[in-house]
Amino acid sequence: MSLDLSTSRDLLLALLPELVLTAWALVLLLVVAWRHKTAGDLRIVGWLTLAALGSTAVAVWWLWWNAAHSPGITPMVAVDDFRYVADWLFLGAAALTVFFSFDYLEREQLRAPEYYVLLVFATLGMMFMAGGEDLIVIFLGLELMSVSVYVLAGIDRRSARAAEAALKYFLLGAFASAFLLYGVALAYGATGTTNLTLIGAQVASLAIQGSPLILIGLGLLLVGFGFKVAAVPFHMWAPDVYDGAPTPVTGFMATAVKAAAFAALARVLIEAFSATAAWQGIIVGLAVLTMIIGNLVALAQRSLKRMLAYSSIAHAGYLLVAVASGSAQGSAAVLFYLAAYGLTTVAAFALLAAKGRGGESDVQIDDLAGLSTSRPWLAFALAVCMLSLLGFPGTAGFIGKWYILVAAVGAGKGWLAALLVLASVVSAGYYLPVIMAMYMRPAPFAQAHAGVRFGRLGAAALAVCVAAVLYFGIRPNRLLDLSQTSGAMLRPAAALTAPTPGN
Amino acid sequence: MYDRAVLTVLLVWPLVAAAALWLAPERRAKHLAFVAALIEFALSVPLWWRFVPAAGMQFEASRPWVPAWGIGYHVGVDGISLFMVLLTTFLVPLSVLGSWRYITTRERGFYANLLVLTTGMIGVFVALDLFLFYVMWEVMLIPMYFIIGIWGGERRLYAAIKFFIYTMTGSLLMLVAILGLYFAAAARTSIHSFDYAFLLANVGPLGKAAWWFFGAFFLAFAIKVPMFPFHTWLPDAHVEAPTAGSVILAGVLLKMGTYGFLRFALPFFPAVALHPGVQAVIVTLSLIGIIYGGLVAMVQPDVKKLVAYSSVSHLGFVMLGIWSLTLQSVQGALLVMINHGLSTGALFFLVGMLYERRHSRLIEAYGGIARVVPLLATVLTIVSLSSIGLPGTNGFVGEFLILIGAFQTHPVAATLATTGVIIAAMYLLWALQRVIYNPLDKTENEKLPDLSLRELAVLVPILAGIFWIGLYPKPILDRMEPAAQHLIDIVKPAQPAALR
Repeated sequence: MSLDLSTSRDLLLALLPELVLTAWALVLLLVVAWRHKTAGDLRIVGWLTLAALGSTAVAVWWLWWNAAHSPGITPMVAVDDFRYVADWLFLGAAALTVFFSFDYLEREQLRAPEYYVLLVFATLGMMFMAGGEDLIVIFLGLELMSVSVYVLAGIDRRSARAAEAALKYFLLGAFASAFLLYGVALAYGATGTTNLTLIGAQVASLAIQGSPLILIGLGLLLVGFGFKVAAVPFHMWAPDVYDGAPTPVTGFMATAVKAAAFAALARVLIEAFSATAAWQGIIVGLAVLTMIIGNLVALAQRSLKRMLAYSSIAHAGYLLVAVASGSAQGSAAVLFYLAAYGLTTVAAFALLAAKGRGGESDVQIDDLAGLSTSRPWLAFALAVCMLSLLGFPGTAGFIGKWYILVAAVGAGKGWLAALLVLASVVSAGYYLPVIMAMYMRPAPFAQAHAGVRFGRLGAAALAVCVAAVLYFGIRPNRLLDLSQTSGAMLRPAAALTAPTPGN
Repeated sequence: MYDRAVLTVLLVWPLVAAAALWLAPERRAKHLAFVAALIEFALSVPLWWRFVPAAGMQFEASRPWVPAWGIGYHVGVDGISLFMVLLTTFLVPLSVLGSWRYITTRERGFYANLLVLTTGMIGVFVALDLFLFYVMWEVMLIPMYFIIGIWGGERRLYAAIKFFIYTMTGSLLMLVAILGLYFAAAARTSIHSFDYAFLLANVGPLGKAAWWFFGAFFLAFAIKVPMFPFHTWLPDAHVEAPTAGSVILAGVLLKMGTYGFLRFALPFFPAVALHPGVQAVIVTLSLIGIIYGGLVAMVQPDVKKLVAYSSVSHLGFVMLGIWSLTLQSVQGALLVMINHGLSTGALFFLVGMLYERRHSRLIEAYGGIARVVPLLATVLTIVSLSSIGLPGTNGFVGEFLILIGAFQTHPVAATLATTGVIIAAMYLLWALQRVIYNPLDKTENEKLPDLSLRELAVLVPILAGIFWIGLYPKPILDRMEPAAQHLIDIVKPAQPAALR
């Protein structure tokens, strides 16, 4: 299905998923305004949210199935598989978050159905980020997502830690957005356009790869994105925010928010700046720093939630390695890794939420001692998650890491691959103690894990996550083909024929 | 039919059995595991007769796995891996039997782990796809980690994580090197494949990169062997592991390192391997391993630690044999790999049996027990003598062949290595004297029970193996010879590296 985005009908079709989700978001807002008192209301809104996410996923699927694409340079919104697959990632992460939130919100007495509405708005923002073909669209999506997530982080108004987290996230996030926007302005100043492909074409045809305007613009853009993906040295907010936010929200932030930022980053770098070689060095530097510092600091954490927070920083480092390879393989690896990492991380945070109370920041790794005897399946699930995060064969995390290694070695960055695997060895130092505590230490007292509760929905979602992690670890073929074809959709602008500058 | 399916069945059956164990009642776990392991052994035995020495790789099976990356499920056996597979299937049922009394908690989990470990070990030896090899190499870490960490001794957590991280460091770098080979071959042929034979034929001259790749493979295998500076995980893991864990660790896991050298490091990088500097370094490290391992073993107060350090020494012999690259020395190395599995396995079993009786592994806790447990003392003496290398036992044949071979290429090293045999005699005989001879001066030792039937059932098959190899090794050597010769042919003609 070829879409001509200059006609409004085709433009609406191309935006179908976003439109569906926007409509749902408005409906949900109305519902929430009308019913927001009881736990039952909360559950209704939750189910409606799932319906919203599901129908949006179907809309994405429809576009994907019909191989919707648009020839030539597309204004504003991209129509390619990369966008569809990234959308599925966000929708899937959001849906899993909803599943895990049902029990959590009730248990924590968070009678705020706005929670789900914000989740939907954040997801919508992510979809615009991944689909944006224009820096302004990407920025708008980023803001929509960020503002929603700022509120989500502080949704538990009784918790001082959550308030601190939200405020910190907001202040630093606003700062980062300003950097990003300034970067957009400079890129516009240099090329006269904010369309990604046109920027790429302009940079190539005007030969302004080395112009300070474009370099500073690129640098500022990278600062903005670096903040959103929590890359070192822009990671300072992440541990506190992850720690303070309600645990399902943390899971959402660590997966979907990160995925959106990476999807947008990959698109911007490959489509607009492939001719500007400078970013590769910067990304490599960020990747190295992020891997080393993320892993080393995670090693020192005793609290499970903080450990997972730092581990998610380390994983951003691995993903940056994939981005740094700058190839179609690299973008495909980003998608695959995000899927594998997302499944695992959401499940890990859900398990943490089941174990802890009131923010969960108090759950120490050693508190898991003896979980394997009292709750063998939960212990098994968490063990699988840890092994997948570690990148152990037989789990999706391994295939993801392998894919990144393939991309890095294929791009001639063998040393970066070697550094990545050494960083993974360090990560064994904090993932293994979790397994060790669960399986190799006795429970401190008989009823140590009596309070661990998992609702039926949450348990089902968890089982699906773990099964998927194991399945994709052994038979990754489908997911691999999907990410390979969609990763190849991101093409540098120079490969396009006859760039037409100006718009 | 058998030829095509056997290796796959050998890989799948333990997994099926492990899954079935979860459904079994706790107290039946060991019986089931024993039967499963016996079936596994029975399935593997026909390999011995159906194996055709001159035919190279056989019993092959292959299927595409992840075609997008050229990853396949490809397994096969040659004269090098045949014995490793048989040794594994031979030792596993004995380990189950040897754990009968030792493992009293969470039995299902223990035996399930042991069976999964079996799959991993066999997988490493039969994999003919580098990706599959890597997966198996890592997969076997987890069950071993659990076996040490859950059922181990006092410092089990420390030992388990040390074992895990050491092994992982090496193997992950190997992973990057495997990718390097993959892309090197793809650049020449534009075919992306991890197949062993394909890569071997097509990686071509790698230039400088070969050094890096070799270094990565070397590190992975040297840690596993373990070679001298990388050996520090071994005493901890051995001492803390339960008996079956130590037996498998010594009997099979260490051989993965030497097997890796034979299968990958030498054939892929002959130019680097034959470089005089590399030769000198590795032979020196092997020598240090032989002598240092023996000397450290001598001063151990703990029997299990003594046996652990003796492994360092024996594996030093294997490395010397491999790197001497003559037909005799490579065959000798292969034979010592088997012998060490039998003798050291038996020693660990015996130490475990002593520990079950007396709850101490310290040499000074014993003394004069030959009078109380004559059978155990006899077996211990025979096994120790075979470990020393007394003619008529297996140990002699292997080490003798290595020394003959090594004299041709590294005469000085071979001369020095002979002292290793003498040191082995010193530490083992001295320990033997202090444990089973000397006066019986401790009252706790006066009532020790002698070997039970079950324990005899563990030890007698090993004793049979010890004497068989010691007296008539020809059938084994015959089966090894073509593979060893083939290996040397691959490595040696590459001597003028520029010609390739």
